[in-house]
Amino acid sequence: MEDAKFKAILERHGRDPANLLAMLQDIQKEENYLPREDLVRLAKELAVPITRIYGLATFFKAFSLKPRGKHICTVCMGTACHVRGAPRLVEQVEREFSLKAGETTPDRKLTLETVNCVGACALGPLVILDGEYHGNMNAAKLDKVITEVKKG
Amino acid sequence: MAKFKKPEDLAKYREGLVARRDPKQKIVAVCAGTGCCAYGAKKLVEAFRQAVAERKLEGEVTVRSTGCHGFCERGPLVVVRPQEYFYQRVKIDDIPEILEKTVQQGEVIERLLYHDGQGKAYVHEHEVPFYKNQMRLILAQNGLLDPTSLDDYIALGGYAALAKALATHRPEELVEMVKKSGLRGRGGGGFPAGVKWETVRKAPSNDGVRYIICNGDEGDPGAFMDRSVMEGNPHLVIEGMIIGAYAIGHPGKPHGYIYVRNEYPLAVERLGLALQQAREAGLLGQNILGTDFSFDIRINKGGGAFVCGESTALMASIEGQVGEPRAKHIHTAVAGLYDKPTNLNNVETWANVPLIVNRGVEWFTGIGTGDVTDNPWGGSKGTKIFALVGKVNNTGLVEVPMGATLRHIIYDIGGGIPGGKKFKAVQTGGPSGGCIPEAMLDMPVDFDKLTEVGSMMGSGGMIVMDESTCMVDVARYFVNFLADESCGKCVSCREGLKQLAAMLERITQGKGVPEDLDRLVQLGDTVAEASLCALGQTAPNPLRSTMKYFPDEYREHILEKKCRAGVCKGLITFSVIPDKCVGCLLCKRKCPASAITGEAKKVHVIDPAKCIKCGVCRDVCRYDAIRVE
Amino acid sequence: MSELEMGKPTSFRVNGHEHQGVVGESLLLALRRLGYEVPSLCYHEAVSPYGACRLCLVEVGKGKRRKLTTSCNFPVQPGIEVFLDTDKVVAQRKVILQLLLAQAPEAARVKELAAEYGVSDTPFEKKQGNACILCGLCARVCREIVRADAIAFSSRGTTKEMDTPYREANEACIGCGACVFVCPTDCIGLKDENGIREIVRWHRKLPLKKCAACGRPFAPTFQLNAFAAQIGVERTHFDKCPDCR
Repeated sequence: MEDAKFKAILERHGRDPANLLAMLQDIQKEENYLPREDLVRLAKELAVPITRIYGLATFFKAFSLKPRGKHICTVCMGTACHVRGAPRLVEQVEREFSLKAGETTPDRKLTLETVNCVGACALGPLVILDGEYHGNMNAAKLDKVITEVKKG
Repeated sequence: MAKFKKPEDLAKYREGLVARRDPKQKIVAVCAGTGCCAYGAKKLVEAFRQAVAERKLEGEVTVRSTGCHGFCERGPLVVVRPQEYFYQRVKIDDIPEILEKTVQQGEVIERLLYHDGQGKAYVHEHEVPFYKNQMRLILAQNGLLDPTSLDDYIALGGYAALAKALATHRPEELVEMVKKSGLRGRGGGGFPAGVKWETVRKAPSNDGVRYIICNGDEGDPGAFMDRSVMEGNPHLVIEGMIIGAYAIGHPGKPHGYIYVRNEYPLAVERLGLALQQAREAGLLGQNILGTDFSFDIRINKGGGAFVCGESTALMASIEGQVGEPRAKHIHTAVAGLYDKPTNLNNVETWANVPLIVNRGVEWFTGIGTGDVTDNPWGGSKGTKIFALVGKVNNTGLVEVPMGATLRHIIYDIGGGIPGGKKFKAVQTGGPSGGCIPEAMLDMPVDFDKLTEVGSMMGSGGMIVMDESTCMVDVARYFVNFLADESCGKCVSCREGLKQLAAMLERITQGKGVPEDLDRLVQLGDTVAEASLCALGQTAPNPLRSTMKYFPDEYREHILEKKCRAGVCKGLITFSVIPDKCVGCLLCKRKCPASAITGEAKKVHVIDPAKCIKCGVCRDVCRYDAIRVE
Repeated sequence: MSELEMGKPTSFRVNGHEHQGVVGESLLLALRRLGYEVPSLCYHEAVSPYGACRLCLVEVGKGKRRKLTTSCNFPVQPGIEVFLDTDKVVAQRKVILQLLLAQAPEAARVKELAAEYGVSDTPFEKKQGNACILCGLCARVCREIVRADAIAFSSRGTTKEMDTPYREANEACIGCGACVFVCPTDCIGLKDENGIREIVRWHRKLPLKKCAACGRPFAPTFQLNAFAAQIGVERTHFDKCPDCR
């Protein structure tokens, strides 16, 4: 991360280790993932052990330690989505892009993630592509979304 | 906005606002909740505004983007006021007609009304069965106000409870009031809020610091009522917290946090704006409403961890640590965040506080079940919001008095099960809850009844399941969910859930053995008995309740190698129903395993050896010609 | 129990017998001092209790309420009534030992403890060898005693693991081997070979210092320098091995 941006994040959160989670969120927002050198630097600047930062970054599911794809496809695995067929949607994306949930395609086009409920249960099953909610999904509708991603 | 200097200033300001606002003002209120937005509500609002501008109607018509109305199934929702005409599934193309006919001439557009499927259409919002059968107190304002407008909230009586509390009540009186009201925590456990407030108020703190936290880490899958309140009426939650801080922490130094889950960025944005507005108006910060009471709130964003809904894990997370629960031998009310007395209540609990202060204890205890006169545990008072989802016609947010029956909620409000299918169970309480069978549909829903039947109120998720839901699969789902979300500290929880998941996986693959049933029960007991926090202690509930109420399904999976719901892949086969197949080639083209053969206009065949049971053929078939058994 | 009462003497009961203890101290420690046998794998009195292995379960009653709890992180309180080896405790401890056996089937201490409490085998799916049981003792010793903070838990749930960040050698590790010493399943591994110390599981290799007197390699130079800095002595203080010093 650029030095100025990094410093801005540190200052925004008062260099207080209590705000580590918020700092990691800001870094990920900028970089799309948590680059190793930024975590190492964060540990030095705040004088906290890298083990603590690494522990946080791997405990919380919102963080990724690897670069993510240009597109991020999130399939909701909440109960309402589950009973309406969410597992099949995950498998469909996995098959189409030859990856497993949590992985990114080698060309970094797409990252497939699952989330344990986003709280839009009335729309289940739900697929979120780059922040946009697609509700009441089925194989046919997901097919269209997949075609879009493959094109763009 | 100028700062209010004393409590009375607020009332004066409200009078001015109300006087300036014409009750006959033409308003187009578009629901901008998450559900409606997914159906394009944001674009709809923009298009409405543009169309109003083009017609030069700005002075005459207000387009208001409001909080969630709750009837997500039928989004995007539009209510035209003052007539209160209720339009559903509104598209951009409908806008000219709505403006010209309804807004300008007061005519109803039949096509956009809600039709109940039995030939009846409903004109007004309050007549629609989905709304008619509810008691909307917490959600009442969601459809009326723009959540980004403090004026809207004040005009509807917002912050009047705070002004009243500061002007006329001593902190102790407010604690007593909440205690007497019988308000119990809406986040899961149902602990009496007033009892907790009193403990925190009385707990020693050498520097006077007490923490006031709002738990907005709504993690139960299938629950989104807190999201809707935070996004749709953020000031209501904030007002509740400020009153709480005054009651619990004054005189002293109360500090506030709202912990919002990572998946709710809009809630973070709306709450952030609302906090800023409240500060500017003197409703938050130093010397609130000109009194000697000071309090401020900051927002903490979660990182995507269900366990952080647990109080000690949530507090660890605010301190910048991983969300591992700790032993609560000293309660968080005495030593919580940074070892200070800490009062944690959930979003919906806080949202009830202004109502109680405004309308009084008697009004509140008049709603709900039981008697709380001498015992705050004696009943469940007020309303509860449920997220009614899954296999039900009218999915959405439903607010009913405590004690409403499941049947009333699922059938009268929810409109029953879609597609003529048969009801099987309703799951409440998230991963800590259980599945309730049809025989118990007439049970009144409150904290104690749900616990009695092996489920839980939880935060209020209510997932309806029909005959195509497999109960063993549901148990497997929840065990996997918790194995993934457990912090992993206790052997009993981490390894216990891992082994339970492995057993259930085997059973759903048709590899179960009769001894598994006893082992599931025994291991479930260990997970519950020997684990530290509520996540582990309640983890076997979905498993236990499905085993108790649906033992046949377990037996069938293990002994007959059958899944009656057609869900468990190891136990089902896909085939084409020759009478129904028209030979359209669609399934053949879409089959990812190339397992379907057939020519145009001839019956297709699925090769069971190649079939991966992904269900794509069934999803794409327009003639219902795929059989799963 | 408020902070004010911490450290004051008090009395409490164990299986019906009256005993003296100190408010706030670990119940497990108190029980052991009184001669009661309570099993555990994740507890060490030199570091803070963690409550991960769940073996030190006891039932504690206070007033009308009685609950199952781990004793290691339960503070002694006035008037508590402790019950050891109740039916509940015995039943749950047995399943927990089965779970631990499945996790680390070859770990000697786990096997011993299981045998002692009548558990010979596990009905659950077994892992291989003497795997880590995630008790966290190594990391607590590394943080609280050695003050190196070289290892920690990462991830969560069933994917939780104990390792160095990025599973690579951590500069903070001084190779002292304290973690190896406390590990209940012997799953870390320490080798002193050809003048090199290797902490196998933490990917750390450090050259050993030779004793200025006897010539025997005795500890990693890195560690000795770190200790010298910590206790504020000249580095030369550690030129000789403990035998020759």
